[in-house]
Amino acid sequence: MKDNQQTQPLLQVKNLKQYFQLNNGFFSTQVLKAVDDISFDINKGETLGLVGESGCGKTTAGRSILQLYKPTAGEVIFDGKKIEGKATIEAYRQKATMVFQDPYSSLDPRMTVSDIIGEPLDVQNLVSNAAERRERILDLMDKVGLNSEHAARYAHEFSGGQRQRVGIARALATKPEFIVCDEPVSALDVSIQAQIINMFEQLQENMGLTYLFIAHDLLVVRHISDRIAVMYLGHLVELADTDAICDRPLHPYTRALMSAVPMPDPKVARANKRIALSGEIPSPLHAPKGCPFHTRCPHATDACKESMPELKEVESGRLVACHRALEIN
Amino acid sequence: MALLEVTDLHTSFFTDAGEVKAVNGVSFTLEKNKVLGIVGESGSGKSVTAYSIMQILAKAGKIVSGSVKLDGEELVGAPESVMNKIRGNRISIIFQDPMTSLNPTYTIGSQLMEAILLHTGRNRKEAWERAVEMLKLVNVNEPEKRMKQYPYEFSGGMRQRVMIAMALACEPDILIADEPTTALDVTIQAGILELMKDIQKKEGMAIIMITHDLGVVAQLCDEVIVMYAGGICEKGTADDIFYYPKHEYTKGLLSSIPTVDSEYEKLRPIAGTPIDLLNMPAGCPFAPRCENAMKVCIRQAAPLEKVSEGHMAACWMNQKKD
Ligand SMILES: Nc1ncnc2c1ncn2[C@@H]1O[C@H](COP(=O)(O)OP(=O)(O)O)[C@@H](O)[C@H]1O
Ligand SMILES: Nc1ncnc2c1ncn2[C@@H]1O[C@H](COP(=O)(O)OP(=O)(O)O)[C@@H](O)[C@H]1O
Ligand code: SF4
Ligand SMILES: [Mg+2]
Ligand SMILES: [Mg+2]
Repeated sequence: MKDNQQTQPLLQVKNLKQYFQLNNGFFSTQVLKAVDDISFDINKGETLGLVGESGCGKTTAGRSILQLYKPTAGEVIFDGKKIEGKATIEAYRQKATMVFQDPYSSLDPRMTVSDIIGEPLDVQNLVSNAAERRERILDLMDKVGLNSEHAARYAHEFSGGQRQRVGIARALATKPEFIVCDEPVSALDVSIQAQIINMFEQLQENMGLTYLFIAHDLLVVRHISDRIAVMYLGHLVELADTDAICDRPLHPYTRALMSAVPMPDPKVARANKRIALSGEIPSPLHAPKGCPFHTRCPHATDACKESMPELKEVESGRLVACHRALEIN
Repeated sequence: MALLEVTDLHTSFFTDAGEVKAVNGVSFTLEKNKVLGIVGESGSGKSVTAYSIMQILAKAGKIVSGSVKLDGEELVGAPESVMNKIRGNRISIIFQDPMTSLNPTYTIGSQLMEAILLHTGRNRKEAWERAVEMLKLVNVNEPEKRMKQYPYEFSGGMRQRVMIAMALACEPDILIADEPTTALDVTIQAGILELMKDIQKKEGMAIIMITHDLGVVAQLCDEVIVMYAGGICEKGTADDIFYYPKHEYTKGLLSSIPTVDSEYEKLRPIAGTPIDLLNMPAGCPFAPRCENAMKVCIRQAAPLEKVSEGHMAACWMNQKKD
């Protein structure tokens, strides 16, 4: 929702790092910095889009924020409260849930729809008897537009769009305030994708939900997000209001990304001037020194190779991590 | 004479559950130098149309009737020896996942050379040179060094470039690209699409671009076929399809995609669920999901008819007298 800027953020992420230890052979390990020192806030009722190329750390960031991984470093503050310690984390798990990309693989084919949706209720002891459980499940199914007759069916009997509805009902079971949506419409055909996007918007309106919406389709993200954050090699490189970042991206990587989006309009597409990037994304195991983007940046100088630019506010509400953000724009 | 002429093509899969009419009366022509897009949701018959042209269908699949003519020569029913000369030589295909078409145990160079040796009269030295030249054409850096590397040493985008190089090595007249960039990131996709367009212009070949992404269609295609449930519901120039859609499914598709202007509006999705080919409705296959379906739509499928020069649609709405 586009108002609501002044209140305390619902979620604060501070200097979050998520590193993975890779074992190659007996004694050698390598550290993969999947998320490397990211900080941002999300306001209540807001949708923050998170974009960037595959492998840049979006999913890891989402999981780390939800404490599905134990963060290597940094803090997650929810509703003013730092998330640490078993009891706090467990309470937080009810308030912060996740919808996954692939409705096919994230749902157990041997479970009925009713069991899939009811599982979080059971695990967290949220219902006291079978009748209440059933009522809650039917209510959740109704919220996501599933027919109550489907409760006893198996997820594999459903189309992709319906399975995603099941996944969303499950994510809603614990009455969360915040949902990480990890590529929730990427596997769906556009007509079904639109149904699900509208449903996300509707649920947000009705229930005051806050989303971190991860997707690689920039038009989808643009449609649904109030603000958009861009990641590159585990770092946040830009964060701004949707219109600002789409119409006038400031970071050289964001500029290249936006110019590469194929617009579904022949005249616009023909007139588009793409900013081509040289080379490929470096492996996160060999992240370059200095600015993570300098190996491909058309504006890089010697300084960029040496020092890492900080994410800082260059205009009101616009955060950019580029030494030359003001010069080149 | 058209370069490729497909007429009333019917391809079915004979499964335990019954006959799946995957392609159900498809007709179109493709001219030299043109890029033809085929769009439609998953399961609408895009790939099977392409595989039917190439005759590389899975075992259960069969061309039931119809004709595919290349430069006037009939391919349906042609012996395998004839098809072998056409595949890779005159018509090449690239797939969504290049890894499935590359052999992990051979170097990129040897696979490229094999394709060239198989389809052209070149000797090994010439084939090597041609392979290097092709890698240069698709913007692979240090091609001589890359020739000696294995597929796993290439990123997804690079592998797709190699597949394009391989598909183009024998200078085909037609390149069929089946969702070639669907698995790739946008910046890489943009590079591959530009590359295809450049090469197409340079070499004067025709491309059939199969995709579910209307952005890709808008960027690349001269003409577009929209498929639904194995049939063509609309075809026309890219401008016809995007600016003057004449089939309710095409209209629904366009209003389902987020655009720059839709940011503050709700999307208008198509209601219902995708069609089940084993339970096809009697009339227009889109009628069960169409908000404007009339009595006639439920009774009878509309024929694909001209709505303006070069623009055809199979929708009763176009014949409504008001
Ligand atoms: N569990 C894990 N163990 C080791 N490496 C991982 C793990 N999960 C993700 N990675 C790596 O972390 C990086 C970021 O991955 P991911 O967060 O999935 O990216 P994205 O969602 O943006 O595609 C990638 O290089 C990936 O290979
Ligand atoms: N090997 C197969 N066996 C049975 N049915 C198949 C097979 N391949 C494709 N089909 C059917 O043909 C229809 C069209 O498939 P396809 O052309 O692959 O669709 P798309 O438009 O997604 O490329 C699908 O609905 C599918 O059920
Ligand atoms: S800091 Fe330098 S290398 Fe990094 S994006 Fe800015 S100009 Fe490019
Ligand atoms: Mg991911
Ligand atoms: Mg296909």
